[in-house]
Amino acid sequence: MAELDTRPVNPALNRPLSPHLGIYRPMLTMMMSITHRITGAALYAGTLLLAWWLLAAATDAKSFETAAWFMASPFGRLILFGFTWALFHHLLGGLRHFVWDMGRGMDHPEREYLAQGTMIGGVVLTVLVWVAAYMAR
Amino acid sequence: MSNTSRMRTPIAEVRHLGSAKSGTKHAWHMRITSAALVPLTIAFVWIVLTLVGKDYNTVRATLGAPLPAIIMLLFLLASVYHMKLGMQTIIEDYVHGEHAKAWSLLGNLFFSFAVGLACVYAILRISFV
Repeated sequence: MAELDTRPVNPALNRPLSPHLGIYRPMLTMMMSITHRITGAALYAGTLLLAWWLLAAATDAKSFETAAWFMASPFGRLILFGFTWALFHHLLGGLRHFVWDMGRGMDHPEREYLAQGTMIGGVVLTVLVWVAAYMAR
Repeated sequence: MSNTSRMRTPIAEVRHLGSAKSGTKHAWHMRITSAALVPLTIAFVWIVLTLVGKDYNTVRATLGAPLPAIIMLLFLLASVYHMKLGMQTIIEDYVHGEHAKAWSLLGNLFFSFAVGLACVYAILRISFV
């Protein structure tokens, strides 16, 4: 008779662990992976700001003034600048994942170029967009 | 997998060897929303940029026009679903207690639905009211 394994799934079981963050020397590709997740989580929280702005515009002029005032304040601008960067960084990180999905860009030095491109591209796009926004005023 | 030649049940073959739930669908939906979000995000940033520093009536007129409204709605639907999937992965990676995990996943679902619905409602109200 077959032995049916009825042990409950126990996370405390002494299973082998795959290599984890603590034992690696920091590398750019690793940093881009971490920042991809962090920017994703930040954008998740940032949707509250978008919801506030849209709901204010949907409510009345007074609510919109308040939201617009906050966005235009130095603190608001700092948050929006970070929001823009997180958006572009995450977008480029996503494109990098598409390259990997095609089975390319995983070897050295391609993966390093992709990591550098994500890091630099995110900053460049953010600055370009903000310069364009200020020039269009 | 053929189970005729042996007396082992399929569950015994896979127990403790990882999940067999909906990971493939999750990963595929992540790719689909990612692909949609590349052009939609660029369009979203462009729409919001043109509204920086504009007054209440201009902002409402722009967001309420058909094309920007539809782009915003598509962006919101795709990004809210995308972020729900993403946060689910983060929770599944880091929250290990069964109760804490269940509550976190529920909270993620509620947050994503609430934010998404609020934004969609706002766009529709700007468009039609």
